[in-house]
Amino acid sequence: MEIDYALIDWSRLQFAVTALYHWIFVPLTLGLAFIIAIMESIYVRTGNPEWKSITKFWMTLFGINFAIGVATGIILEFQFGTNWSNYSWFVGDIFGAPLAIEGIMAFFLESTFIAVMFFGWNKVGKKFHLVSTWLVAFGASLSALWILVANAWMQYPVGMRFNPQTARNEMVDFWEILFSPVAVNKFLHTITSGYVLAAIFVIGISAWYLLKKRHRLFAKRSIVVAAVFGLIMSLMNIHAGDESARQIAEKQPMKFAAMEAMYYGQTNAPLVAIGFMEKVDHDRDNINERQFAFSIEIPDMLSYLAFLESGAYVPGIKDLIRGYTDNDGNNVLSYAERMRRGSIAITALHDYKEAKNIAKNSKANEMVKMSFMEKADSLEALFSDQEWVDNYFAYFGYGYYDDPKDLIPNVPVSFYSFHIMVILSGYFLLIFILALINVLKGKLERRKWILWAAILGIPLVYIAQQTGWLLAEMGRQPWVVQDLMTTAAAATKNSVSNIQITFWLFVATFTILLIAEIKIMLTQIKNGPKEGGQ
Amino acid sequence: MKRNVFARIFNLYYDGFRNLSPVGKRLWIIILIKLFIMFAILKLFFFPNFLNTNFDSDKERSDYVIEQLTKPN
Repeated sequence: MEIDYALIDWSRLQFAVTALYHWIFVPLTLGLAFIIAIMESIYVRTGNPEWKSITKFWMTLFGINFAIGVATGIILEFQFGTNWSNYSWFVGDIFGAPLAIEGIMAFFLESTFIAVMFFGWNKVGKKFHLVSTWLVAFGASLSALWILVANAWMQYPVGMRFNPQTARNEMVDFWEILFSPVAVNKFLHTITSGYVLAAIFVIGISAWYLLKKRHRLFAKRSIVVAAVFGLIMSLMNIHAGDESARQIAEKQPMKFAAMEAMYYGQTNAPLVAIGFMEKVDHDRDNINERQFAFSIEIPDMLSYLAFLESGAYVPGIKDLIRGYTDNDGNNVLSYAERMRRGSIAITALHDYKEAKNIAKNSKANEMVKMSFMEKADSLEALFSDQEWVDNYFAYFGYGYYDDPKDLIPNVPVSFYSFHIMVILSGYFLLIFILALINVLKGKLERRKWILWAAILGIPLVYIAQQTGWLLAEMGRQPWVVQDLMTTAAAATKNSVSNIQITFWLFVATFTILLIAEIKIMLTQIKNGPKEGGQ
Repeated sequence: MKRNVFARIFNLYYDGFRNLSPVGKRLWIIILIKLFIMFAILKLFFFPNFLNTNFDSDKERSDYVIEQLTKPN
């Protein structure tokens, strides 16, 4: 396969920028909806109009974020059809159902219950309004479920069968796709990260009011709700993240080795808590090897986190390339062997298609045609033979490469994005605990450093979100569908200039939208809430 | 009774849009401009579906994708 790296890089850059911009808007929508629902529940329960004005203020910020962010994800779907047509075709059957459900759900959710949320005050009963708000909260997270399931399938493809006639993966078991351990953990980790973001957002803005000595009761009440919600969600987020890392260690070991910058496997592997990398002096394998110039390590912790045994063996990048024996005594194939098997699978698909075409279209005599038909049938049967699928088709994507170096993701990006995300999640947990304890003790206003730390939390929580996705998507390269389809194979043979034009169009459009969001939000925050339930 | 329900739903939207706050109006303008840019400009001129535009049948599309996936280096 010819690889046009300029084309692929621009297609990737365009998709990455669109996805990262899209993810600026989504997590706040997911989390703020629940915080608003909790606040409104307190209003309905207590009848206190101050809680109504608290709810309405955060609902206005929710509305701004929702309006600016709505439909930005559709652009990603445009790109699937234009820039990633091979990929879209290859995964079509798997993605079709989840994305259709997402589209229908999002439409009904947005056109009905959000309308009740914003237009329904004083027009529908208090309880019906409250139910609508909760439905928006649950619906938004459920709507995110489907795209996350699709993404999880790309990281761990299950529940499908490849059809060599159509070159498409066909869904065999919907429930296996929906409830795959990667999908479950990805969903929980991602939505709880959105909840944490929204809680930090609410606490940060409320902290600013306290520093300015404005709307103090409003701010403290908001902080109590957000800190309790954030604390619970933060713990759930860390738990789901821990489980996700274990899934990666098992199912995407190269990504796991890259996110820990681990080149040499070992038992009792330490976890690098903080580290700075430099290039090694003698890169003997020519794999752009790095080493730590400085690091703080926790002994045995990586082995324990990955396999729940402090003495477990964690393979490094070089072990994965050369092949190794895992903790259960199984021999894990070297990359050279995977490339050989992948190449056999690609050849089988090529020969199948060729035999089928000759049998159908050639002017040769019937005997020759029959022999080609038999060949096509026997090759087609391979793709239904589970043993052949497990031993050959499972390595299909490796067949495009002849140098294992090309199968290593960007180690510094994976390592730093992972560690920034983890360190920041600890920072947010600390903010929730400190804010909650101090607001309950009535000391928060005096502890100005906590208020400033909470305000600083707002940009940091967005950085944590973006680094999380950077790790998820950069760490799995060169795969777009793990082990089966490479990013290079997924791309459409398009003109690079077209992608460059639309890339800059997107950057301009999204930047204008982001500036508009920040400007409108800041105006609303400066105006502050209307007191007395208005 | 049914008409009453529909009338109430209609009124919810009608009154909601009529009494939009200044921020609400501004947001709706942004939403409409954004949707126009996305669907009338980007989708129409820059993002045709490659396989649907260049091939007439699923058979041709799958043949093309298989050819792409199995091309030798």
